[in-house]
Amino acid sequence: MLKLEPRPQPSAAMSLASPLIALALTTLIGVAIFVALGKDPLQGLRMFFWEPLRNGYALGELGLKATPLVLIALGLAVAFRANVWNIGAEGQFVAGALAAGWVAMQADAGSTTLIVLPILLAGVLGGVAWASITAALRDRFHANEILVSLMLVYVAELLLQYLVYGPWKDPAGYNFPQTITFLPATQLPKLFTGTRLHIGVWIALAAVIGCWWLLMRSMAGFALQTGGIAPMAARYAGFSSRAALWGAMTLSGGLAGLAGALETAGPLGQLTPYVPVGYGFAAIIVAFVGRLHPVGIVLSGILMSMFYIGGELAQSRLGLPKAITGVFQGLLLFCLLACDTLIHYRVRRVAGLGVRGVDKEQR
Amino acid sequence: MTPPRLELRRISKQYPGVKANDAVSLSVAPGEIHAVLGENGAGKSTLMKIIAGAVQADAGELLWDGAPRAPRSPAQARALGISMVYQHFSLFDSLTAAQNIWLGLDKAMTLDAVRARVRTLSAEYGLPLDPERPVHALSVGERQRVEILRALMTAPRLLILDEPTSVLTPQAVEALFVTLRRLADQGCAILYISHKLDEIRALCHRCTVLRAGRVTGEVDPRQESNASLSRLMIGAEPPRLAARAVREHAPARLQVSGLSLAPETPHGTALVDIALALRCGEILGLAGVSGNGQQELLRVLSGEDRRAERGVVTWIADDPSTDPSNDASNDPSNSRVAAGAVNRTTDLGPLGPAKRRALGLHHVPEERLGRGAVPSMSLAKNTLLTRREPVGRLGHVSTAKAAALARRLIERFGVRAAGPQAAARSLSGGNLQKFIMGREIDAAPKALIVAQPTWGVDVGAAAQIRAELLALRDAGCALLVVSEELDELFELSDRLVVMARGRLSPAIPVGQASVAQIGQWMSGLWDAPAGEGTHAEA
Repeated sequence: MLKLEPRPQPSAAMSLASPLIALALTTLIGVAIFVALGKDPLQGLRMFFWEPLRNGYALGELGLKATPLVLIALGLAVAFRANVWNIGAEGQFVAGALAAGWVAMQADAGSTTLIVLPILLAGVLGGVAWASITAALRDRFHANEILVSLMLVYVAELLLQYLVYGPWKDPAGYNFPQTITFLPATQLPKLFTGTRLHIGVWIALAAVIGCWWLLMRSMAGFALQTGGIAPMAARYAGFSSRAALWGAMTLSGGLAGLAGALETAGPLGQLTPYVPVGYGFAAIIVAFVGRLHPVGIVLSGILMSMFYIGGELAQSRLGLPKAITGVFQGLLLFCLLACDTLIHYRVRRVAGLGVRGVDKEQR
Repeated sequence: MTPPRLELRRISKQYPGVKANDAVSLSVAPGEIHAVLGENGAGKSTLMKIIAGAVQADAGELLWDGAPRAPRSPAQARALGISMVYQHFSLFDSLTAAQNIWLGLDKAMTLDAVRARVRTLSAEYGLPLDPERPVHALSVGERQRVEILRALMTAPRLLILDEPTSVLTPQAVEALFVTLRRLADQGCAILYISHKLDEIRALCHRCTVLRAGRVTGEVDPRQESNASLSRLMIGAEPPRLAARAVREHAPARLQVSGLSLAPETPHGTALVDIALALRCGEILGLAGVSGNGQQELLRVLSGEDRRAERGVVTWIADDPSTDPSNDASNDPSNSRVAAGAVNRTTDLGPLGPAKRRALGLHHVPEERLGRGAVPSMSLAKNTLLTRREPVGRLGHVSTAKAAALARRLIERFGVRAAGPQAAARSLSGGNLQKFIMGREIDAAPKALIVAQPTWGVDVGAAAQIRAELLALRDAGCALLVVSEELDELFELSDRLVVMARGRLSPAIPVGQASVAQIGQWMSGLWDAPAGEGTHAEA
């Protein structure tokens, strides 16, 4: 008989092993799904774990999708550690894309590539503004930030649709719901020719270092995290809970908005109703699978990016439904949460003869 | 000869990393009040949990009326007739006493029947209690009566009491003892867990002493002295405190006048017109039954509660001529030069805890885990709650400096921990208290507010902490010590004040105070004529 018993101290090793076990389980269940769907499981796994790494172009695509995931997840990790549950990064991502898109639309023939800076700045401000609504409502009225930020996602998406179906619609766009294609000057500089990878990768890596310093080496990060896990201790120390709320919300909103701006001025090049593709929600999984740690988030962001690409390939090459990406994301989070039990508990084989003997006696 | 009501034979219980009970044997006869004495961490709680069925022993036998019947669950233990009164109450504030008792009963019984039975029992055992009153309106002593009555409802054959007197006034302790003796006379066996030697000697017939999970002695406490009992408990006599240095009238460091404040929470205590002064080089002891506004007052002083009006709480900064910690004062010629300096007064009202700490006002809260320390963080990180030495420019935290600070505290205060990277929650309560006390004492505060300095700390460490507090006082720090242990307050304080129902008594020099008088003041009766406090001995 197996029994779960609490560990005296959370296991650090298991905390690192848990995402790997979860990945292995996800792969196993994935194989079962492929078999059940009548597909060759090896082919299926190839789509997810080999094709995205096959050549330079594929690696570029991997980095392209990992960049927004990592950026958003970094902000969410800071917020979650501060016990601020910003679930609406998707909305802040859209708000950032809208603000960045508006600046990009102002470009004219005289604009140089320097316009990228105000575009990215606008994206950050857009995300910060959108997140500030949630922060203000929680601060002033104690409104639950999970609900408010989540519902604001739909508001942001509707705002986007209103703009691209209405005032911002391209007059020469055959009535399609889209803005003008932004001028080439607004395009983010590419890293390598032949790929779509852009300087956003460096921005994301800088953000990784910045967030690592904030969380691991700064007094502000210590205050944020203390407020998250021990509010009474934070009050005793004199750390302001309002500062933590606003800091966490604006940082996560700003990074999500920046990710939106990078998408707008990067691969998208215009605004359409299809700007939100779920990065803001997938980043929640990225943050947790990465153990809310900046370095872990880089790894889990790449993994999640593989799922996105693998899902698209499985669609086009194996004829599997689009939902397969979501299924894999969900499986991974589900397995991770299950495996995380082992951080605080250990499995023990109950074999003590005496104990069993007493058991029988009493029954 | 009748067998003992309960007999434990060589009970052992291994927890990861620690042997909580090691071949413990003990027996209680019907009608016997049996003390279990030991320091924190000696294994008392584990042993009681085994008896109450909450924990299973790894080895050993438990005999009930001479037959081996180890309870496998708390429900089985209750069925045998074992009742336990825990140190920390589990009562619903918004329900009446009778409803609370009703909730805790296994068997179906109407609320009316419960009420009637509570009235009978409370008359029979001298535990006055109106079953209709809501719990939040009851004093702490009355709440304990609810717990005891709940235990008595099932007509227990063995009653276990865990540190029952920690929240009672001396008078209420006497009343409790009368009840317990009556119960014992009727044949109930009683296990009385405590570390208060006087109480055990006054109440108990036999005493089993535990140290580090083993039985170190079984004695008749009435034949023993405090010194001999504590030798069994800690293996040595507690270190004596240094003789008290005589203090002259000292300047005030922190002053409170006319502080009145509504409670922050529905069941909190309102503060009423409080005035007090903390003087340099002096310890002010604050006595009182917990829940009478001490927590609320400390929050106002520490800055965690900033609702007090402006100008009510003031800080008097150093006057170099009177500050013994200032080198200049050691030299008379220098002090004369500095005598021209004027006392600078700061209104603490708008300042939060961090700013007050920067002035030199430090605070040790009652709750260690979750307030005084972040449970999941390392000791090194926990230094950052109140210390800024490891923080450099731009708020950069030097992990090396934080670890070095934590290591210094561990060494200086004899904290038993795996090292600076050990999580705060991995420490025992006493060791964490030593760490937190050390963190604040080591900061060389100008004023220190301490709640329950030695709660849950073993006798040796308690003496060390008290000595450190006295050393701090001698260095010119102004201290406020809040404690529920009167002995401790009498030992440490220069002056005493008592808090009752949100009001503060006048301060009285400790030399002029008696336990009986302070006990009477704890009921809020400091305006009554002196000399009536003698009924405490009755």
